[in-house]
Amino acid sequence: MTAFLTTSLFAPFMINAFIAGTAIALITGAVGSLLVLRVELFTADALSHVAFTGAMAALLLGLATGLGLLIACIGGAVVLALLGRSIGRSDAAIGTFFAWILGLGTLLLSLASTSSVGATGTSSLTVLFGSLFSLSTTSTWLTVLGAALGLLALGVILRPLIFSSIDGSVAQARGVPVLGLSIAFAVIVGGATALSIQAVGALLFVGLVAAPAGAAMRLTANPFSATALSMGLSVAAVWTGLLTALMVPSVPPSSAIILVAAAFFAIAKLSETVVTRHAA
Amino acid sequence: MIRPSFSPNPWTDLTTMWSYPYLRNALLAGSIVAVIASSVGWMMVQRRQSFLGHTLAVVSFPGACLALLFTLPASIGYYGATLIAALIARQSSDAQVADDRRSNATVGTVQAVALAIGLLVISHSSSFLTSTTSLLFGSFLGITTGEVLLLAVVGLVTGAAFIAIARPLLLATFDATEARAMGIPVDTLNVMFVVLLALVVAATSQITGALLVFALLVMPGATAQTLTPKVWRGCAISVALGLLTIWLGIGCSFFLPRLPLGFCVTSVGFTAYVIAQVVVTVRSRPHVQGALA
Repeated sequence: MTAFLTTSLFAPFMINAFIAGTAIALITGAVGSLLVLRVELFTADALSHVAFTGAMAALLLGLATGLGLLIACIGGAVVLALLGRSIGRSDAAIGTFFAWILGLGTLLLSLASTSSVGATGTSSLTVLFGSLFSLSTTSTWLTVLGAALGLLALGVILRPLIFSSIDGSVAQARGVPVLGLSIAFAVIVGGATALSIQAVGALLFVGLVAAPAGAAMRLTANPFSATALSMGLSVAAVWTGLLTALMVPSVPPSSAIILVAAAFFAIAKLSETVVTRHAA
Repeated sequence: MIRPSFSPNPWTDLTTMWSYPYLRNALLAGSIVAVIASSVGWMMVQRRQSFLGHTLAVVSFPGACLALLFTLPASIGYYGATLIAALIARQSSDAQVADDRRSNATVGTVQAVALAIGLLVISHSSSFLTSTTSLLFGSFLGITTGEVLLLAVVGLVTGAAFIAIARPLLLATFDATEARAMGIPVDTLNVMFVVLLALVVAATSQITGALLVFALLVMPGATAQTLTPKVWRGCAISVALGLLTIWLGIGCSFFLPRLPLGFCVTSVGFTAYVIAQVVVTVRSRPHVQGALA
Protein backbone atom coordinates (compact mmCIF):
# COMPACT_ATOMS: atom_id res chain seq x y z
CA MET A 1 0.00 0.00 0.00
CA THR A 2 2.74 2.45 1.00
CA ALA A 3 4.83 1.44 -1.99
CA PHE A 4 1.83 1.93 -4.27
CA LEU A 5 1.15 5.34 -2.77
CA THR A 6 4.72 6.60 -3.11
CA THR A 7 5.04 5.41 -6.70
CA SER A 8 1.72 6.97 -7.77
CA LEU A 9 2.21 10.06 -5.66
CA PHE A 10 5.40 10.89 -7.54
CA ALA A 11 4.13 9.82 -10.95
CA PRO A 12 4.37 12.71 -13.44
CA PHE A 13 0.59 12.96 -13.91
CA MET A 14 0.12 13.25 -10.13
CA ILE A 15 2.80 15.92 -9.76
CA ASN A 16 1.17 17.88 -12.59
CA ALA A 17 -2.24 17.46 -10.95
CA PHE A 18 -0.92 18.77 -7.62
CA ILE A 19 0.91 21.76 -9.14
CA ALA A 20 -1.96 22.83 -11.41
CA GLY A 21 -4.55 22.00 -8.74
CA THR A 22 -2.84 24.20 -6.19
CA ALA A 23 -2.58 27.13 -8.62
CA ILE A 24 -6.27 26.77 -9.53
CA ALA A 25 -7.28 26.42 -5.88
CA LEU A 26 -5.52 29.69 -4.98
CA ILE A 27 -7.13 31.72 -7.76
CA THR A 28 -10.64 30.23 -7.37
CA GLY A 29 -10.47 30.63 -3.58
CA ALA A 30 -9.64 34.32 -3.93
CA VAL A 31 -12.10 35.02 -6.76
CA GLY A 32 -14.81 33.01 -4.97
CA SER A 33 -14.48 35.06 -1.80
CA LEU A 34 -15.10 38.26 -3.78
CA LEU A 35 -17.95 36.70 -5.76
CA VAL A 36 -19.66 35.76 -2.48
CA LEU A 37 -19.07 39.27 -1.12
CA ARG A 38 -20.62 40.78 -4.26
CA VAL A 39 -23.49 38.21 -4.31
CA GLU A 40 -22.41 37.31 -7.85
CA LEU A 41 -22.09 33.52 -7.72
CA PHE A 42 -24.80 33.30 -10.36
CA THR A 43 -22.31 34.96 -12.71
CA ALA A 44 -19.87 32.10 -12.11
CA ASP A 45 -22.69 29.64 -12.79
CA ALA A 46 -23.44 31.46 -16.06
CA LEU A 47 -19.76 31.56 -17.08
CA SER A 48 -19.36 27.83 -16.71
CA HIS A 49 -22.06 27.42 -19.36
CA VAL A 50 -20.50 30.03 -21.61
CA ALA A 51 -17.26 28.02 -21.29
CA PHE A 52 -18.97 24.90 -22.65
CA THR A 53 -20.11 26.78 -25.76
CA GLY A 54 -16.69 28.36 -26.18
CA ALA A 55 -14.97 24.98 -26.04
CA MET A 56 -17.42 23.53 -28.58
CA ALA A 57 -16.82 26.52 -30.91
CA ALA A 58 -13.05 26.04 -30.62
CA LEU A 59 -13.48 22.36 -31.45
CA LEU A 60 -15.50 23.20 -34.59
CA LEU A 61 -13.11 25.93 -35.73
CA GLY A 62 -10.10 23.74 -35.08
CA LEU A 63 -8.66 26.05 -32.43
CA ALA A 64 -7.04 24.94 -29.19
CA THR A 65 -9.69 24.27 -26.51
CA GLY A 66 -7.82 26.44 -24.00
CA LEU A 67 -7.91 29.43 -26.35
CA GLY A 68 -11.63 29.00 -27.01
CA LEU A 69 -12.30 28.76 -23.28
CA LEU A 70 -10.26 31.87 -22.52
CA ILE A 71 -11.93 34.02 -25.21
CA ALA A 72 -15.46 32.81 -24.33
CA CYS A 73 -15.01 33.17 -20.55
CA ILE A 74 -13.41 36.62 -20.55
CA GLY A 75 -15.83 37.91 -23.20
CA GLY A 76 -18.78 36.39 -21.36
CA ALA A 77 -17.66 37.80 -18.00
CA VAL A 78 -17.42 41.33 -19.39
CA VAL A 79 -20.86 41.04 -21.07
CA LEU A 80 -22.35 39.79 -17.78
CA ALA A 81 -20.75 42.62 -15.79
CA LEU A 82 -22.20 45.17 -18.21
CA LEU A 83 -25.62 43.43 -18.24
CA GLY A 84 -25.69 43.61 -14.46
CA ARG A 85 -25.16 47.36 -14.56
CA SER A 86 -27.46 48.39 -17.38
CA ILE A 87 -30.42 46.22 -16.43
CA GLY A 88 -31.57 46.67 -12.87
CA ARG A 89 -32.89 43.18 -12.23
CA SER A 90 -29.80 41.45 -13.42
CA ASP A 91 -30.38 37.82 -12.40
CA ALA A 92 -33.16 37.28 -14.96
CA ALA A 93 -31.08 39.00 -17.67
CA ILE A 94 -28.04 36.86 -16.85
CA GLY A 95 -30.19 33.72 -16.83
CA THR A 96 -31.77 34.52 -20.19
CA PHE A 97 -28.38 35.25 -21.72
CA PHE A 98 -26.68 32.05 -20.60
CA ALA A 99 -29.68 29.82 -21.30
CA TRP A 100 -29.39 30.93 -24.92
CA ILE A 101 -25.59 30.57 -24.96
CA LEU A 102 -26.09 26.99 -23.75
CA GLY A 103 -28.66 26.40 -26.49
CA LEU A 104 -26.04 27.61 -28.95
CA GLY A 105 -23.64 25.12 -27.35
CA THR A 106 -26.02 22.23 -28.04
CA LEU A 107 -26.14 23.32 -31.70
CA LEU A 108 -22.34 23.39 -31.90
CA LEU A 109 -22.20 20.00 -30.15
CA SER A 110 -24.55 18.45 -32.69
CA LEU A 111 -22.66 20.09 -35.59
CA ALA A 112 -19.37 18.80 -34.21
CA SER A 113 -20.69 15.27 -33.74
CA THR A 114 -22.08 15.09 -37.28
CA SER A 115 -18.93 16.56 -38.85
CA SER A 116 -15.65 14.65 -38.99
CA VAL A 117 -14.17 16.19 -35.82
CA GLY A 118 -14.53 12.87 -34.00
CA ALA A 119 -14.45 11.90 -30.31
CA THR A 120 -16.79 14.84 -29.64
CA GLY A 121 -18.91 13.05 -27.07
CA THR A 122 -15.90 12.38 -24.88
CA SER A 123 -14.44 15.84 -25.30
CA SER A 124 -17.75 17.50 -24.46
CA LEU A 125 -17.92 15.41 -21.28
CA THR A 126 -14.33 16.42 -20.47
CA VAL A 127 -15.28 20.08 -20.77
CA LEU A 128 -18.38 19.50 -18.65
CA PHE A 129 -16.69 17.51 -15.88
CA GLY A 130 -12.93 18.14 -16.18
CA SER A 131 -9.95 15.88 -15.68
CA LEU A 132 -7.05 17.05 -13.52
CA PHE A 133 -5.30 13.69 -13.94
CA SER A 134 -4.78 14.16 -17.69
CA LEU A 135 -2.90 17.47 -17.78
CA SER A 136 0.30 17.70 -19.80
CA THR A 137 3.38 19.36 -18.31
CA THR A 138 3.01 22.31 -20.71
CA SER A 139 -0.60 22.98 -19.77
CA THR A 140 0.32 22.59 -16.09
CA TRP A 141 2.84 25.41 -16.29
CA LEU A 142 0.50 27.52 -18.44
CA THR A 143 -2.09 27.09 -15.67
CA VAL A 144 0.44 28.20 -13.04
CA LEU A 145 1.36 31.22 -15.15
CA GLY A 146 -2.29 32.17 -15.69
CA ALA A 147 -3.15 31.78 -12.01
CA ALA A 148 -0.13 33.87 -10.98
CA LEU A 149 -1.14 36.65 -13.38
CA GLY A 150 -4.72 36.55 -12.11
CA LEU A 151 -3.66 36.66 -8.44
CA LEU A 152 -1.26 39.53 -9.15
CA ALA A 153 -3.98 41.55 -10.88
CA LEU A 154 -6.43 40.76 -8.08
CA GLY A 155 -3.85 41.83 -5.47
CA VAL A 156 -3.45 45.21 -7.17
CA ILE A 157 -7.19 46.01 -7.18
CA LEU A 158 -8.17 44.08 -4.00
CA ARG A 159 -8.53 46.99 -1.57
CA PRO A 160 -10.70 49.31 -3.73
CA LEU A 161 -12.59 46.27 -5.07
CA ILE A 162 -13.60 45.13 -1.57
CA PHE A 163 -14.56 48.71 -0.70
CA SER A 164 -16.76 49.09 -3.80
CA SER A 165 -18.25 45.61 -3.29
CA ILE A 166 -19.35 46.38 0.26
CA ASP A 167 -20.79 49.82 -0.47
CA GLY A 168 -20.83 50.80 -4.13
CA SER A 169 -22.44 54.22 -3.75
CA VAL A 170 -20.07 55.40 -1.00
CA ALA A 171 -17.10 54.15 -3.02
CA GLN A 172 -18.40 55.99 -6.09
CA ALA A 173 -18.77 59.19 -4.08
CA ARG A 174 -15.19 58.86 -2.84
CA GLY A 175 -13.97 58.72 -6.44
CA VAL A 176 -13.35 54.96 -6.67
CA PRO A 177 -13.80 53.89 -10.36
CA VAL A 178 -16.55 51.34 -9.61
CA LEU A 179 -17.35 50.46 -13.24
CA GLY A 180 -13.68 50.05 -14.17
CA LEU A 181 -13.15 47.80 -11.15
CA SER A 182 -16.18 45.65 -12.06
CA ILE A 183 -14.85 45.13 -15.57
CA ALA A 184 -11.30 44.41 -14.37
CA PHE A 185 -12.71 41.91 -11.88
CA ALA A 186 -14.86 40.35 -14.62
CA VAL A 187 -11.74 39.78 -16.75
CA ILE A 188 -10.03 38.08 -13.78
CA VAL A 189 -13.11 35.91 -13.11
CA GLY A 190 -13.26 34.93 -16.78
CA GLY A 191 -9.60 33.94 -16.77
CA ALA A 192 -10.01 31.95 -13.54
CA THR A 193 -13.02 30.14 -15.04
CA ALA A 194 -11.10 29.17 -18.16
CA LEU A 195 -8.23 27.80 -16.04
CA SER A 196 -10.47 25.87 -13.66
CA ILE A 197 -12.47 24.13 -16.39
CA GLN A 198 -9.46 21.84 -16.84
CA ALA A 199 -9.41 21.01 -13.15
CA VAL A 200 -13.02 20.45 -12.21
CA GLY A 201 -14.94 20.99 -15.44
CA ALA A 202 -17.57 23.52 -16.39
CA LEU A 203 -20.35 21.99 -14.30
CA LEU A 204 -18.38 21.77 -11.04
CA PHE A 205 -16.64 25.14 -11.26
CA VAL A 206 -19.39 26.82 -9.21
CA GLY A 207 -18.59 24.54 -6.28
CA LEU A 208 -14.93 25.46 -6.24
CA VAL A 209 -15.76 29.16 -6.01
CA ALA A 210 -18.81 28.81 -3.72
CA ALA A 211 -17.93 26.22 -1.07
CA PRO A 212 -14.53 27.41 0.30
CA ALA A 213 -15.61 31.05 0.13
CA GLY A 214 -18.96 30.29 1.77
CA ALA A 215 -17.17 28.41 4.56
CA ALA A 216 -14.62 31.21 5.07
CA MET A 217 -17.36 33.83 5.20
CA ARG A 218 -19.01 31.96 8.06
CA LEU A 219 -15.77 31.75 10.03
CA THR A 220 -14.64 35.37 9.82
CA ALA A 221 -16.41 38.68 9.18
CA ASN A 222 -13.32 40.49 7.87
CA PRO A 223 -13.32 40.31 4.03
CA PHE A 224 -9.49 40.27 3.82
CA SER A 225 -9.07 37.35 6.22
CA ALA A 226 -12.07 35.64 4.59
CA THR A 227 -10.26 35.84 1.23
CA ALA A 228 -7.05 34.38 2.69
CA LEU A 229 -8.97 31.66 4.54
CA SER A 230 -10.95 30.82 1.41
CA MET A 231 -7.71 30.34 -0.54
CA GLY A 232 -6.37 28.08 2.21
CA LEU A 233 -9.53 25.96 2.38
CA SER A 234 -9.59 25.70 -1.39
CA VAL A 235 -6.02 24.36 -1.48
CA ALA A 236 -6.85 21.91 1.33
CA ALA A 237 -9.91 20.70 -0.60
CA VAL A 238 -7.93 20.16 -3.80
CA TRP A 239 -5.13 18.26 -2.00
CA THR A 240 -7.50 16.09 0.03
CA GLY A 241 -9.62 15.47 -3.05
CA LEU A 242 -6.63 14.46 -5.17
CA LEU A 243 -5.33 12.08 -2.47
CA THR A 244 -8.80 10.55 -2.09
CA ALA A 245 -9.09 10.03 -5.83
CA LEU A 246 -5.64 8.45 -5.84
CA MET A 247 -6.48 6.01 -3.06
CA VAL A 248 -10.01 5.26 -4.27
CA PRO A 249 -9.59 5.03 -8.05
CA SER A 250 -13.33 4.70 -8.67
CA VAL A 251 -13.88 8.27 -7.43
CA PRO A 252 -13.17 10.90 -10.11
CA PRO A 253 -10.87 13.69 -8.82
CA SER A 254 -13.41 16.44 -9.66
CA SER A 255 -16.09 14.78 -7.53
CA ALA A 256 -13.67 14.19 -4.65
CA ILE A 257 -12.48 17.83 -4.63
CA ILE A 258 -16.02 19.23 -4.65
CA LEU A 259 -17.26 16.82 -1.96
CA VAL A 260 -14.35 17.76 0.34
CA ALA A 261 -14.98 21.48 -0.27
CA ALA A 262 -18.68 20.97 0.48
CA ALA A 263 -17.76 19.13 3.71
CA PHE A 264 -15.73 22.19 4.80
CA PHE A 265 -18.76 24.33 4.02
CA ALA A 266 -21.08 22.09 6.05
CA ILE A 267 -18.66 22.07 9.04
CA ALA A 268 -18.34 25.87 8.93
CA LYS A 269 -22.12 26.24 8.79
CA LEU A 270 -22.57 23.84 11.70
CA SER A 271 -19.89 25.48 13.86
CA GLU A 272 -21.43 28.87 13.19
CA THR A 273 -24.82 27.60 14.39
CA VAL A 274 -23.24 26.15 17.56
CA VAL A 275 -21.31 29.38 18.27
CA THR A 276 -24.43 31.51 17.76
CA ARG A 277 -26.37 29.28 20.16
CA HIS A 278 -23.67 29.57 22.80
CA ALA A 279 -23.53 33.33 22.41
CA ALA A 280 -27.30 33.65 22.75
CA MET B 1 -38.65 8.79 -42.17
CA ILE B 2 -39.83 11.22 -44.84
CA ARG B 3 -40.01 14.71 -43.50
CA PRO B 4 -42.61 16.96 -45.13
CA SER B 5 -41.38 20.30 -46.35
CA PHE B 6 -42.21 23.59 -44.72
CA SER B 7 -45.11 25.55 -46.17
CA PRO B 8 -45.70 29.29 -45.77
CA ASN B 9 -49.14 28.59 -44.33
CA PRO B 10 -48.75 28.06 -40.54
CA TRP B 11 -52.04 26.14 -40.35
CA THR B 12 -50.84 23.57 -42.91
CA ASP B 13 -47.62 23.21 -40.93
CA LEU B 14 -49.52 22.67 -37.71
CA THR B 15 -51.79 20.00 -39.22
CA THR B 16 -48.75 18.32 -40.77
CA MET B 17 -47.03 18.18 -37.38
CA TRP B 18 -50.25 17.04 -35.70
CA SER B 19 -50.49 14.03 -38.04
CA TYR B 20 -47.38 12.50 -36.44
CA PRO B 21 -48.38 10.82 -33.15
CA TYR B 22 -44.97 11.33 -31.51
CA LEU B 23 -45.06 15.01 -32.40
CA ARG B 24 -48.63 15.35 -31.15
CA ASN B 25 -47.50 14.05 -27.76
CA ALA B 26 -44.47 16.36 -27.86
CA LEU B 27 -46.69 19.38 -28.57
CA LEU B 28 -49.17 18.43 -25.81
CA ALA B 29 -46.45 17.74 -23.24
CA GLY B 30 -44.60 20.86 -24.32
CA SER B 31 -47.71 22.99 -23.88
CA ILE B 32 -48.36 21.73 -20.35
CA VAL B 33 -44.71 22.22 -19.43
CA ALA B 34 -44.68 25.71 -20.97
CA VAL B 35 -47.72 26.86 -18.98
CA ILE B 36 -46.50 25.69 -15.56
CA ALA B 37 -42.84 26.60 -16.11
CA SER B 38 -43.50 30.08 -17.44
CA SER B 39 -46.03 31.00 -14.73
CA VAL B 40 -43.93 29.70 -11.83
CA GLY B 41 -40.83 31.03 -13.60
CA TRP B 42 -42.40 34.46 -13.83
CA MET B 43 -42.81 34.41 -10.04
CA MET B 44 -39.21 33.22 -9.73
CA VAL B 45 -38.07 36.24 -11.71
CA GLN B 46 -40.14 38.57 -9.52
CA ARG B 47 -38.50 37.04 -6.44
CA ARG B 48 -35.01 37.22 -8.00
CA GLN B 49 -34.46 33.52 -7.40
CA SER B 50 -33.04 32.61 -10.82
CA PHE B 51 -29.92 31.11 -9.25
CA LEU B 52 -32.05 28.85 -7.05
CA GLY B 53 -34.21 27.91 -10.06
CA HIS B 54 -31.17 27.03 -12.10
CA THR B 55 -29.70 25.00 -9.23
CA LEU B 56 -32.91 22.95 -8.94
CA ALA B 57 -32.81 22.36 -12.69
CA VAL B 58 -29.22 21.14 -12.44
CA VAL B 59 -29.95 18.92 -9.43
CA SER B 60 -32.54 16.91 -11.35
CA PHE B 61 -29.72 15.41 -13.47
CA PRO B 62 -27.86 13.56 -10.65
CA GLY B 63 -31.27 12.63 -9.24
CA ALA B 64 -32.11 10.82 -12.46
CA CYS B 65 -28.63 9.23 -12.59
CA LEU B 66 -28.96 7.88 -9.03
CA ALA B 67 -32.43 6.50 -9.69
CA LEU B 68 -31.20 4.72 -12.81
CA LEU B 69 -28.27 3.30 -10.83
CA PHE B 70 -30.64 1.72 -8.31
CA THR B 71 -33.00 0.69 -11.15
CA LEU B 72 -35.75 2.90 -9.79
CA PRO B 73 -38.05 4.88 -12.08
CA ALA B 74 -36.29 8.07 -13.17
CA SER B 75 -39.22 10.17 -11.97
CA ILE B 76 -38.47 9.22 -8.34
CA GLY B 77 -34.97 10.57 -8.87
CA TYR B 78 -36.20 13.79 -10.47
CA TYR B 79 -38.77 14.61 -7.78
CA GLY B 80 -36.69 13.37 -4.84
CA ALA B 81 -33.53 15.27 -5.77
CA THR B 82 -35.21 18.59 -6.54
CA LEU B 83 -37.31 18.47 -3.37
CA ILE B 84 -34.32 17.69 -1.12
CA ALA B 85 -32.24 20.41 -2.77
CA ALA B 86 -35.10 22.90 -2.48
CA LEU B 87 -35.42 22.34 1.25
CA ILE B 88 -31.65 22.68 1.82
CA ALA B 89 -31.21 25.75 -0.36
CA ARG B 90 -34.45 27.62 0.36
CA GLN B 91 -34.04 31.31 0.63
CA SER B 92 -35.89 33.82 2.70
CA SER B 93 -37.49 36.50 0.56
CA ASP B 94 -36.94 39.35 3.01
CA ALA B 95 -33.27 38.54 3.50
CA GLN B 96 -30.84 41.29 4.42
CA VAL B 97 -27.78 41.74 2.18
CA ALA B 98 -25.63 39.63 4.52
CA ASP B 99 -28.18 36.83 4.34
CA ASP B 100 -28.16 37.12 0.57
CA ARG B 101 -24.45 36.39 0.64
CA ARG B 102 -25.08 33.35 2.81
CA SER B 103 -27.86 31.89 0.69
CA ASN B 104 -25.92 32.67 -2.50
CA ALA B 105 -23.04 30.51 -1.26
CA THR B 106 -25.38 27.76 -0.01
CA VAL B 107 -27.20 27.53 -3.34
CA GLY B 108 -23.90 27.33 -5.23
CA THR B 109 -22.59 24.59 -2.94
CA VAL B 110 -25.78 22.52 -3.21
CA GLN B 111 -25.55 22.70 -7.00
CA ALA B 112 -21.91 21.60 -7.05
CA VAL B 113 -22.47 18.71 -4.61
CA ALA B 114 -25.33 17.42 -6.73
CA LEU B 115 -23.18 17.52 -9.85
CA ALA B 116 -20.24 15.89 -8.08
CA ILE B 117 -22.54 13.01 -7.10
CA GLY B 118 -23.86 12.87 -10.66
CA LEU B 119 -20.33 12.57 -12.03
CA LEU B 120 -19.54 9.90 -9.44
CA VAL B 121 -22.54 7.87 -10.59
CA ILE B 122 -21.90 8.15 -14.33
CA SER B 123 -18.22 7.36 -13.90
CA HIS B 124 -19.21 4.11 -12.19
CA SER B 125 -21.37 2.95 -14.99
CA SER B 126 -20.06 3.61 -18.46
CA SER B 127 -23.41 2.65 -19.98
CA PHE B 128 -24.73 5.98 -18.74
CA LEU B 129 -22.31 7.81 -20.99
CA THR B 130 -24.68 7.47 -23.90
CA SER B 131 -27.70 8.59 -21.91
CA THR B 132 -25.85 11.48 -20.22
CA THR B 133 -26.31 13.73 -23.21
CA SER B 134 -30.03 13.02 -23.32
CA LEU B 135 -30.38 13.49 -19.54
CA LEU B 136 -28.65 16.85 -19.83
CA PHE B 137 -29.94 18.16 -23.12
CA GLY B 138 -33.20 16.26 -23.39
CA SER B 139 -35.31 15.31 -26.35
CA PHE B 140 -39.01 15.63 -26.89
CA LEU B 141 -39.11 12.42 -28.88
CA GLY B 142 -40.59 9.23 -27.52
CA ILE B 143 -43.07 10.75 -25.08
CA THR B 144 -45.87 8.25 -24.47
CA THR B 145 -49.54 9.16 -24.07
CA GLY B 146 -49.36 7.89 -20.49
CA GLU B 147 -46.59 10.38 -19.73
CA VAL B 148 -48.66 13.18 -21.21
CA LEU B 149 -51.58 12.23 -18.94
CA LEU B 150 -49.33 12.09 -15.87
CA LEU B 151 -47.91 15.47 -16.81
CA ALA B 152 -51.42 16.87 -17.16
CA VAL B 153 -52.24 15.75 -13.60
CA VAL B 154 -49.03 17.31 -12.24
CA GLY B 155 -49.78 20.44 -14.24
CA LEU B 156 -53.27 20.73 -12.77
CA VAL B 157 -52.04 20.23 -9.19
CA THR B 158 -49.14 22.67 -9.45
CA GLY B 159 -51.26 25.17 -11.37
CA ALA B 160 -53.95 25.11 -8.67
CA ALA B 161 -51.34 25.46 -5.92
CA PHE B 162 -49.75 28.38 -7.76
CA ILE B 163 -53.07 30.21 -8.14
CA ALA B 164 -53.87 29.57 -4.47
CA ILE B 165 -50.65 31.11 -3.12
CA ALA B 166 -49.84 33.68 -5.85
CA ARG B 167 -51.52 36.73 -4.32
CA PRO B 168 -50.17 36.54 -0.74
CA LEU B 169 -46.81 35.36 -2.11
CA LEU B 170 -46.46 38.49 -4.24
CA LEU B 171 -47.18 40.68 -1.23
CA ALA B 172 -44.64 38.73 0.81
CA THR B 173 -42.14 39.19 -2.04
CA PHE B 174 -42.50 42.93 -2.44
CA ASP B 175 -43.08 43.94 1.18
CA ALA B 176 -42.47 41.22 3.74
CA THR B 177 -42.90 43.52 6.72
CA GLU B 178 -46.29 44.71 5.52
CA ALA B 179 -47.31 41.13 4.72
CA ARG B 180 -46.34 39.96 8.22
CA ALA B 181 -48.31 42.84 9.74
CA MET B 182 -51.34 41.66 7.76
CA GLY B 183 -50.96 38.19 9.26
CA ILE B 184 -49.66 36.49 6.11
CA PRO B 185 -47.40 33.51 7.00
CA VAL B 186 -44.41 34.81 5.01
CA ASP B 187 -41.92 32.08 5.92
CA THR B 188 -44.39 29.27 5.20
CA LEU B 189 -45.19 30.83 1.83
CA ASN B 190 -41.49 31.07 0.97
CA VAL B 191 -41.02 27.37 1.65
CA MET B 192 -44.21 26.52 -0.27
CA PHE B 193 -42.99 28.42 -3.32
CA VAL B 194 -39.60 26.70 -3.29
CA VAL B 195 -41.33 23.29 -3.07
CA LEU B 196 -43.64 24.29 -5.94
CA LEU B 197 -40.64 25.39 -8.00
CA ALA B 198 -38.99 22.02 -7.29
CA LEU B 199 -42.09 20.09 -8.41
CA VAL B 200 -42.37 22.08 -11.62
CA VAL B 201 -38.66 21.66 -12.36
CA ALA B 202 -38.89 17.89 -11.79
CA ALA B 203 -41.95 17.54 -14.03
CA THR B 204 -40.41 19.70 -16.74
CA SER B 205 -36.91 18.25 -16.76
CA GLN B 206 -38.27 14.75 -17.39
CA ILE B 207 -39.50 16.07 -20.72
CA THR B 208 -36.94 18.67 -21.69
CA GLY B 209 -33.70 17.49 -20.04
CA ALA B 210 -32.01 19.24 -17.15
CA LEU B 211 -30.40 22.06 -19.08
CA LEU B 212 -33.46 23.28 -21.03
CA VAL B 213 -35.77 23.58 -18.00
CA PHE B 214 -34.07 26.72 -16.89
CA ALA B 215 -34.62 28.40 -20.27
CA LEU B 216 -38.36 27.75 -19.97
CA LEU B 217 -38.38 29.09 -16.40
CA VAL B 218 -36.45 32.28 -16.89
CA MET B 219 -36.89 33.50 -20.49
CA PRO B 220 -40.65 34.15 -20.66
CA GLY B 221 -40.63 35.68 -17.17
CA ALA B 222 -37.70 37.96 -17.94
CA THR B 223 -39.31 39.11 -21.21
CA ALA B 224 -42.67 39.74 -19.55
CA GLN B 225 -40.99 41.72 -16.80
CA THR B 226 -39.30 43.89 -19.40
CA LEU B 227 -42.60 44.54 -21.18
CA THR B 228 -44.81 45.44 -18.24
CA PRO B 229 -44.47 46.32 -14.58
CA LYS B 230 -48.08 45.22 -14.04
CA VAL B 231 -48.41 42.02 -12.08
CA TRP B 232 -51.14 39.83 -13.55
CA ARG B 233 -50.65 41.11 -17.08
CA GLY B 234 -46.99 40.17 -16.72
CA CYS B 235 -47.91 36.65 -15.66
CA ALA B 236 -50.31 36.26 -18.60
CA ILE B 237 -47.70 37.55 -21.07
CA SER B 238 -45.18 35.13 -19.60
CA VAL B 239 -47.48 32.14 -20.13
CA ALA B 240 -48.30 33.25 -23.70
CA LEU B 241 -44.61 33.67 -24.47
CA GLY B 242 -43.83 30.28 -22.94
CA LEU B 243 -46.36 28.56 -25.22
CA LEU B 244 -45.13 30.49 -28.27
CA THR B 245 -41.53 29.59 -27.47
CA ILE B 246 -42.27 25.87 -27.19
CA TRP B 247 -44.47 25.70 -30.31
CA LEU B 248 -42.09 27.69 -32.49
CA GLY B 249 -39.13 25.81 -31.03
CA ILE B 250 -40.61 22.36 -31.71
CA GLY B 251 -41.78 23.46 -35.16
CA CYS B 252 -38.40 24.92 -36.04
CA SER B 253 -36.52 21.80 -34.99
CA PHE B 254 -39.08 19.61 -36.85
CA PHE B 255 -38.74 21.38 -40.18
CA LEU B 256 -34.99 22.03 -39.83
CA PRO B 257 -33.80 18.68 -38.43
CA ARG B 258 -30.17 19.78 -38.30
CA LEU B 259 -31.03 22.22 -35.53
CA PRO B 260 -31.34 20.61 -32.07
CA LEU B 261 -34.46 21.37 -30.07
CA GLY B 262 -32.53 23.08 -27.26
CA PHE B 263 -31.06 25.56 -29.69
CA CYS B 264 -34.45 26.28 -31.32
CA VAL B 265 -36.33 26.80 -28.06
CA THR B 266 -33.68 29.00 -26.45
CA SER B 267 -33.22 31.01 -29.64
CA VAL B 268 -36.94 31.79 -29.89
CA GLY B 269 -36.99 32.77 -26.21
CA PHE B 270 -33.86 34.89 -26.50
CA THR B 271 -35.09 36.63 -29.67
CA ALA B 272 -38.31 37.58 -27.86
CA TYR B 273 -36.27 38.95 -24.95
CA VAL B 274 -33.99 41.01 -27.19
CA ILE B 275 -36.98 42.40 -29.17
CA ALA B 276 -38.66 43.32 -25.88
CA GLN B 277 -35.54 45.12 -24.63
CA VAL B 278 -35.20 47.02 -27.91
CA VAL B 279 -38.88 47.98 -28.02
CA VAL B 280 -38.81 49.20 -24.43
CA THR B 281 -35.59 51.13 -24.96
CA VAL B 282 -36.88 52.75 -28.15
CA ARG B 283 -40.16 53.80 -26.63
CA SER B 284 -38.34 54.54 -23.33
CA ARG B 285 -41.59 54.14 -21.49
CA PRO B 286 -42.12 51.43 -18.90
CA HIS B 287 -45.63 50.61 -20.18
CA VAL B 288 -45.29 48.86 -23.48
CA GLN B 289 -47.97 46.25 -23.38
CA GLY B 290 -48.82 43.51 -25.75
CA ALA B 291 -45.99 44.36 -28.14
CA LEU B 292 -45.20 40.68 -28.43
CA ALA B 293 -48.07 38.77 -26.96
